[in-house]
Amino acid sequence: IMCASAKYNTRGPALIPRMKTKHRIYYITLFSIVLLGLIATGMFQFWPHSIESSSDWTVEKRSVHDVPVVKLPADSPIPERGDLSCRMHTCFDVYRCGFNPKNKIKVYIYSLKKYVDEYGMSVSNTISREYNELLTAISDSEFYTDDVNRACLFVPSIDVLNQNALRIKETAQALAQLSRWDRGTNHLLFNMLPGGPPDYNTALDVPRDRALLAGGGFSTWTYRQGYDVSIPVYSPLSGEVDLPERGPGPRRYFILSSQMALHPEYRSELEALQVENGESVLILDKCTNLSDGVPAVRKRCHKNQVFDYPQVLQESTFCVVLRGARLGQAVLSDVLQAGCVPVIIADSYILPFSEVLDWKRASVVIPEEKMPEMYSILQSVPQRQIEEMQRQARWFWEAYFRSMKAIALATLQIINDRIYPYAAISYEEWNDPPAVKWSSVSNPLFLPLIPPQSQGFTAIVLTYDRVESLFRVITEVSKVPSLSKLLVVWNNQNKNPPEDSLWPKIRVPLKVVRTAENKLSNRFFPYDEIETEAVLAIDDDIIMLTSDELQFGYEVWREFPDRLVGYPGRLHLWDHEMNKWKYESEWTNEVSMVLTGAAFYHKYFNYLYTYKMPGDIKNWVDAHMNCEDIAMNFLVANVTGKSVIKVTPRKKFKCPECTAIDGLSLDQTHMVERSECINKFASVFGTMPLKVVEHRADPVLYKDDFPEKLKSFPNIGSL
Amino acid sequence: MQTRKKYIFLTFLASWLLLFFFGGDQLRRFGFFSKRKAEARRNWPRWTDRSLLKSFADPEELQSDGDPSLPSPRAQRAARLSVYKNSRCRMETCFDFSRCEKHGFKVFTYPRERDQPLSESYGKILASIERSRYYTPNPEEACLFILSIDTLDRDHLSGQYVRNVDEKIRSFPLWNGGRNHLIFNLYSGTWPNYTEDLGFDIGQAILAKASFYTKSFRPGFDISIPLFSKDHPQRGGERGWLYQDSIPPKKKYLLVFKGKRYLTGIGSGTRNALHHIHNGKDIVSLTTCKHGKDWEKHKDVRCDKDNVDYEKFDYQELLHNSTFCIVPRGRRLGSFRFLEALQAACIPVLLSDGWELPFAEAIDWGKAAVVGNERLLLQIPSAVRCIHPERVLAFQQQTQFLWDAYFSSVDKIVHTTLEIVKDRLLPHRSRSRFLWNTLPGGLLALPDFSTHLGDFPFYYLQHGSGPSEKFTAFIRAVSLACSLSQPILRLIQAVSESQYCAQILVLWSCEKPPPPSRKWPQTAVPLTIIQGRRKLSDRFFPYTAIQTDAVLSLDEHTSLSTSEVDFAFVVWRSFPERIVGFPTRSHFWDAEQRRWGYTSKWTNELSIVLTAAAFYHRYPAGEGPAGWGARPHPAPPPRSLPRYYHSLFTEYLPAGLRELVDGLAACEDILMNVLVAAVTKLPPIKVTQRKQHKETVPQQ
Repeated sequence: IMCASAKYNTRGPALIPRMKTKHRIYYITLFSIVLLGLIATGMFQFWPHSIESSSDWTVEKRSVHDVPVVKLPADSPIPERGDLSCRMHTCFDVYRCGFNPKNKIKVYIYSLKKYVDEYGMSVSNTISREYNELLTAISDSEFYTDDVNRACLFVPSIDVLNQNALRIKETAQALAQLSRWDRGTNHLLFNMLPGGPPDYNTALDVPRDRALLAGGGFSTWTYRQGYDVSIPVYSPLSGEVDLPERGPGPRRYFILSSQMALHPEYRSELEALQVENGESVLILDKCTNLSDGVPAVRKRCHKNQVFDYPQVLQESTFCVVLRGARLGQAVLSDVLQAGCVPVIIADSYILPFSEVLDWKRASVVIPEEKMPEMYSILQSVPQRQIEEMQRQARWFWEAYFRSMKAIALATLQIINDRIYPYAAISYEEWNDPPAVKWSSVSNPLFLPLIPPQSQGFTAIVLTYDRVESLFRVITEVSKVPSLSKLLVVWNNQNKNPPEDSLWPKIRVPLKVVRTAENKLSNRFFPYDEIETEAVLAIDDDIIMLTSDELQFGYEVWREFPDRLVGYPGRLHLWDHEMNKWKYESEWTNEVSMVLTGAAFYHKYFNYLYTYKMPGDIKNWVDAHMNCEDIAMNFLVANVTGKSVIKVTPRKKFKCPECTAIDGLSLDQTHMVERSECINKFASVFGTMPLKVVEHRADPVLYKDDFPEKLKSFPNIGSL
Repeated sequence: MQTRKKYIFLTFLASWLLLFFFGGDQLRRFGFFSKRKAEARRNWPRWTDRSLLKSFADPEELQSDGDPSLPSPRAQRAARLSVYKNSRCRMETCFDFSRCEKHGFKVFTYPRERDQPLSESYGKILASIERSRYYTPNPEEACLFILSIDTLDRDHLSGQYVRNVDEKIRSFPLWNGGRNHLIFNLYSGTWPNYTEDLGFDIGQAILAKASFYTKSFRPGFDISIPLFSKDHPQRGGERGWLYQDSIPPKKKYLLVFKGKRYLTGIGSGTRNALHHIHNGKDIVSLTTCKHGKDWEKHKDVRCDKDNVDYEKFDYQELLHNSTFCIVPRGRRLGSFRFLEALQAACIPVLLSDGWELPFAEAIDWGKAAVVGNERLLLQIPSAVRCIHPERVLAFQQQTQFLWDAYFSSVDKIVHTTLEIVKDRLLPHRSRSRFLWNTLPGGLLALPDFSTHLGDFPFYYLQHGSGPSEKFTAFIRAVSLACSLSQPILRLIQAVSESQYCAQILVLWSCEKPPPPSRKWPQTAVPLTIIQGRRKLSDRFFPYTAIQTDAVLSLDEHTSLSTSEVDFAFVVWRSFPERIVGFPTRSHFWDAEQRRWGYTSKWTNELSIVLTAAAFYHRYPAGEGPAGWGARPHPAPPPRSLPRYYHSLFTEYLPAGLRELVDGLAACEDILMNVLVAAVTKLPPIKVTQRKQHKETVPQQ
């Protein structure tokens, strides 16, 4: 297909001219070609395809202090202030990103420079540890390109993570002289601590024109939705402290406030809560009387009691995250790490990565005005939900807060998703913790549709050479009113199917498909000839099913189109002695599989069986010539999370003529083989997807004392 | 020989050069030089002194982010209140939350003035609100106000344009600068610019507008609604057109568009380019120049040919038979086409830069539409071709879910708008994006009951959990004798012996008080008597005493054996969102009388399970803090567990229906069946052969 991978012809021209020319011409040509080649090579080497001279990069062992110094003249241009109306379609140049088969944007990083003003005073710290980690992460990621001409996004190496550590005007000048600055188009700046006294702006004050801002602490008035990215304020403590995930269960404190330097007004409101609710509320502050050498950031105090921070966070259910001078708080990261549910009290704060993360599942947001009601609001959250929020909080930290790398890659992925929305990462992928991803299923046929009866079903008969039996099956199946097409899969390569005239004449189209190889998986191929949703897989010896029985099976399938609907049921059991799964075909109260010797299912599962079967199961089944039905049962149960539906009382496919098959079914070795299949599949799937049920479907008036001719399905067959 | 070698050498050189000039770029990308390139790839340097670098901020600075010189939070809030007005409104600055605390979320509509013109659509919007459970006729109670002045069409060239709105509004004593008002609008601005201007000052009112442009959209405050026609049904609404999930999702066309091409003016850029992607095979993109009176004045060379091609295809035919539909901007950003495509399960490919998509605060459009970029129109064909069949199938199903849940009627559009506003009032009791975007959708997953996924019967699979393993038997006793009869004693005995029974509740709806506890049978499970009123709909009241997911609803005359109960419960666990019961009934269309009929005769089909003996799911926390703020911070309410369908029955159904049932003293079970079927879109499940739930066979 065009989109899967573009094909490129890598072979050069291979013509060898067979003609004679004079040597002189030859030498002239050779000479000029060599000359041209030299010029071309030279041009390639010295062409300014990247303004940065390569020497900056080639030396591997270098110190940050050795980077080139750039002097900014006092009158060098300053970019415009950030444009609040910028959106992707107005300020971003998508043409730079282009269409590519991988749907990945390319990110270029400017090389590191040290900027000084006219007097030689440095503009900022060259680079912080975190920004260096961030750039390293981008450079190691698949977003990175070292070719400035192919880049879609540009990341300056000028560190603006902390606005307090830089000189605003000069930093802006430094940005403006970047080689591809172009009013900041497609440039991405990372900032975690914006604003400064006295007004503490909620976005970076450095004039940046059209540049995108990945900022920590945006308010709803400065955040340009769909353009900027809201990021967390990284907490370096995360890297230093190892807090293993804590399981569910009661925690000592219900509400904890661990922030230092809270505004006295907030503190008094919190203390009022503590007075009201006693020991379940704990309010910590900075320790005043710590001995020397103990880092103040790792301790918190309540009166004279000293607590380890951040360990104390793990002792509480809810942790308050209040606005400080800024909206974004590093404590949020610590709180999430401890699996404590953050209670966010910061009106108009744009939560980190809120474009993709569903914070309602991991946090409680309370308006500042409602702070006095916090306790009762939090009490109303049911315990089961709290446990989930704790798990969710921890997952957000692990995936998106834990390191500068996580922050950088999530930011780039968000921008990538905007540029290639049709390849965007889904809500579930962003939000579901691994445990949920693992245990949950998302049914591909999730819409509750009852397919119209008029559509009918396509019967697929897999056959090798039992022509007589096949013809009987065809004749029998053709009596089913809802049959709309019959497809015979001729699996015998050594023999031609009978001539057209010999086939039974039936009222629906009959197609014969010849296969290239005698493989069992041919029965589950999504043939183009299948035009209905419903497929009836039927063996070429199943002649005992009545027309009513089949029609009823189809009606039941319509009600459960995402399940396998079949006749004889089978069960898997755990063999405690052998410590493995066992296949069971005896009379049991339960079923977990149906035989596909005759079963209805959605065509979609043919597609899945052929293209999406996990591991080597498909080939394994073809090689063993057995268990294709068990594989299908596994596949459907795994993808839908639902059980099979067994219809009618039928226990066996028994026909008087074909004793051989029945004999084989009873064969001990056959059972052993089937058990082996179950164990093999369970190990490939990594789980046992089959669902056990204790019910089956019968017609509404089945066995009722009611005139048979008034029943829809009077002849439902025997065992 | 010599010459030949030279020639080979020459050719080699020539090919090297050719390769270098023409193929070099691709080759470098795809492997030829990759090994060498990988070594030379200039990554970010590993600085020798990187471990010595300073952190971006002092740990102390990060942990204590305060500034004593800052004004108090209260003063800051007051300052924000005065700064962020009108075009910079947010809920916390322009909405008076205190109005909603006492009476909850109540909506008031201004009384209609007689001489006031009212468009059909606005009439429907007002009717929806007035019939909703949030309506109040009393402005004192109201949290949200809706004008009776028709503000839908603000194109002053239009016949429905209402003049002097500003003056009228200012004369309303309740207007209050627009605070807590919600204004609906479908069309703003006019030829030639079609600006966002409404022609009057909306002040601090929330604007629910179609074709919203992101620049003028106040995030978290305004609401983008879809453009709908005046023929859009008031309620119910047509179903979507997807009847089958085909794989591969092959339809006759891949991508279609049929519509006007603007020759000049706003929006013409995109519409003028659409014809470029037409390939006459699987991509059909047809435009016509014919619109307006003087199109011929602006007509260009393409027009005549285009107009001929245009007539060759039928819009409805294209809509029915295409996988993707281009939904480009018109003069305004939104178009009717959007809802049409959604209903037709034709995946919308949006080419409308800067359009704030309808209900984007709640709906994840990335699951149902391809949000294209006007500037990259020519990439659209290859982009949609590359979308995997499974994803296309998921897209198609999601369009149908969204259409049915939020768009198919004016009622749904209006209710979605109201629910979005309501969700903002109590952020901690609002729907997560998951609830909005998963069946059965936000209008049926009421956050007043629970915001916990495990409490609903729909999300077990996505959530990786399952319903509880026990049930609560709920017996309704209404016998006229008001004493303990034999059947009820036998029933209690049979049910209590079930291994899955957790508790038995008896709803005693009798004049006389229930018999003393010593007269009740001794059971292994707790038996609770609830004194009820004599109302039928009481049966489905969300009693807090019900502690399990499953409820077994029983009448006092019901006769069941323990194994019947056990079996039905096991079946219910496979179908927790449906009603699973014993005796059934069915409905049919009576063609002669042209109305629905009900039958209890023996039939081959069934559609109703009698709730005299049936299992169903309870639904989230009835007694939660639903009447928010009504209690002045009492001790926290006991953690009550939820009952899904019970709560839905009491909260979601229009009060009129419940009154009808109580008045008739019948049909509460039919209403319950209708409700569950409306939520699940699935039939109930009958277990065992039982045709009657009573012991004695009464007349048929």
